[in-house]
Amino acid sequence: MSGTYLGMPAFPRAAEMSTRDTQLRANLTHATHTIRDKRAKAVAELDDWAQLRAAGAALKDRTLRHLDHYLERLEAAVTAAGGQVHWAADADEANRIVTRLVRETGETEVVKVKSMATQEIGLNEALAEAGIRAYETDLAELIVQLGHDLPSHILVPAIHRNRSEIRDIFRREMGSWGRPAPEGLTDSPAELAEAARLHLREKFLSAKVGISGANFMVAETGTLVVVESEGNGRMCLTLPETLISVVGIEKVVPSWQDLEVFLQLLPRSSTAERMNPYTSMWTGTTDGDGPRTFHLVLLDNGRTDTLADTVGRQALRCIRCSACLNVCPVYERAGGHAYGSPYPGPIGAILTPQLRGMEGSLEASLPYASSLCGACYEVCPVAIDIPEVLVHLRERVVEGGPVTRGGARTVLKPAKGHAAERAAMRAAAWAFDHPDALRSGMRLAARTRRLHPQRLPGPGRAWSRTRDLPTVPAESFRDWWQRTRGTASERGIWPEHGTSSEQRGDAE
Amino acid sequence: MRVALFVTCINDMLHPRTGQAVVALLERLGVEVGFPAEQSCCGQPQYNTGYRHATEPLVRRFDRAFRDYEYVVTPSGSCAAMVRDNYSRIGAKAAAEGRGRGLIDAAAVAVPKTYELTEFLVDVLKVEDVGAYYPHTVTYHPTCHGLRILGLGDRPRRLLEHVKGLELRELPGAEECCGFGGTFAVKNPAVSAAMGADKVRNVIGTGAEAVCAVDNSCLLHIGGTLTRQGSAVRPVHIAEILASTEGSAW
Ligand code: SF4
Repeated sequence: MSGTYLGMPAFPRAAEMSTRDTQLRANLTHATHTIRDKRAKAVAELDDWAQLRAAGAALKDRTLRHLDHYLERLEAAVTAAGGQVHWAADADEANRIVTRLVRETGETEVVKVKSMATQEIGLNEALAEAGIRAYETDLAELIVQLGHDLPSHILVPAIHRNRSEIRDIFRREMGSWGRPAPEGLTDSPAELAEAARLHLREKFLSAKVGISGANFMVAETGTLVVVESEGNGRMCLTLPETLISVVGIEKVVPSWQDLEVFLQLLPRSSTAERMNPYTSMWTGTTDGDGPRTFHLVLLDNGRTDTLADTVGRQALRCIRCSACLNVCPVYERAGGHAYGSPYPGPIGAILTPQLRGMEGSLEASLPYASSLCGACYEVCPVAIDIPEVLVHLRERVVEGGPVTRGGARTVLKPAKGHAAERAAMRAAAWAFDHPDALRSGMRLAARTRRLHPQRLPGPGRAWSRTRDLPTVPAESFRDWWQRTRGTASERGIWPEHGTSSEQRGDAE
Repeated sequence: MRVALFVTCINDMLHPRTGQAVVALLERLGVEVGFPAEQSCCGQPQYNTGYRHATEPLVRRFDRAFRDYEYVVTPSGSCAAMVRDNYSRIGAKAAAEGRGRGLIDAAAVAVPKTYELTEFLVDVLKVEDVGAYYPHTVTYHPTCHGLRILGLGDRPRRLLEHVKGLELRELPGAEECCGFGGTFAVKNPAVSAAMGADKVRNVIGTGAEAVCAVDNSCLLHIGGTLTRQGSAVRPVHIAEILASTEGSAW
């Protein structure tokens, strides 16, 4: 796995490869089941969870409706506190801004707090091209980076790796990035953590520039918030002289008090903790304390376009807790890489096609990467109706329709390769609206049932590779009813005779 | 009480015995059942695949077929969920596209009177003991739409627990999707098959003779996987269990 998402095969193909990787499936099943059980317990402890969830959703919706207003307030507050705000319309612009800011410091190395936004824009690769080395300091991100790998989970980017794989990566790679792994490193969690701590400590103490994202930005005070479990983030946020934070514009909340809701929803949903171990908050710069220069890069990259879609915009409520990944049966089998973006699982299936547009084959396949079982909606702490958005995006794929791209309304053409399906769906819908035709078709199917193959050609082959087909019964329900009850009852008039066993016994 | 059976297209074509079981069961409980022949499909396959516009005539048809009835009962959690969860949405979207309020009105009539079978038995008829007899070991798979959209809760289990002779076996991982998901089974066959295989392993592990659910489409997928693996565990719709009596095994 090379460190880029470009050229990812479309979801069904990528997923087929990963379902065959039994080690991956075992790692994932173990990890997701453990965290989902813990989460359920942590959530059950609060009797006002339903109200908190509704409050979180309402707060996010209200903020999104007036996003321009809150972003301007945020900019004013950050500036007043001594920070500088930059606006980035897309990934390229954000990468250019950050590269320039790092260059201006004269440094060629930066330390990073784990951040989804910088993954989304491919910042590490852009910095590398400019001769700047970015060191990930989150333990799981470090594992991914050292392994020349890609993250496969929002919260636990290295969830697809087990302990012995991690030991091998540390032994092999740490030396070329800094302090090597200790001699005789085993796969005990304590030893692995200690090796990472020693390796990272050198980075923290020498770095002059830190790069972060943020979980929340408070418009009223200009405060940024990062929640984390390891404390690495706090080191990156306080030790360097310059701090650059790249944050999606949807992460703003109006007031300090709103954090009360989200700081309850987030840790319980993501790590099943009552409170996350480290909550770092910073407001601009303060003399003699923390970074002396602070830059906030506000990232759009498809978010305003997403906001223009009245059904799809609820995806922007997401607080990246990853609860939906941990309950998703499709994620569990397919693994995170199959989704071809830093946002895997159910949220990735609705966010990636919206942020990137749906013209690509991966993006067009993602809305179908779900059985619509609804488990993701049930756990989502901000009540994003992911199945609703999936179906909405499927409609975009097969029918096209009006969308907003780059701020302008355009009409999307239906995706290629759906012509046969569209014809079949229309034919079925026509038959269903013409019951007499439907009945003839069903009778024909019943008469020819001995001739039906057990394995199907074409798209049906996918079904019959692992499952047997049902046999068509000799008589449909409709015909049985007519034969035993007569036509009168079809209009809802009650027939005189009841059901006897002869009447119902002969339909196989 | 005028009750219409909405048999659903899958049951009509592939599982007529389930429809017959519902008729027998409801009649045994003293309910008069009608079967309006204008009915066809709820539109779920089209809707879930993204062909919303193709579902609109079916919403109208549903309303027309069942307009005269007080209740519509269906032996399918996912079809009941389609009506209850999506018909108003289809109406609202059509109105937003400037095509009038007709579908909103049709949905307003159809939605509140449509019940999945076990819901109808427990909530409307207020029975849990339907006088059934089924001397077999059974495990129950709660299907996703029944579980999460309709919120059936333990209604099906309560009904099964009252069935004489039936021994209910706990299904590990019961609330996990079986992997059918309509066109998902065809569009993502590898993942669907992996989910089905895990479900079937759990089913076989219970040692039960039959696996039961409120939806034949999930049972089609589970059953097809079971027989392909050479297992003798039978898929059986809950209606067929509840219709069985001491005098006549279904
Ligand atoms: S969609 Fe909901 S459950 Fe999934 S990561 Fe976002 S907030 Fe969490």
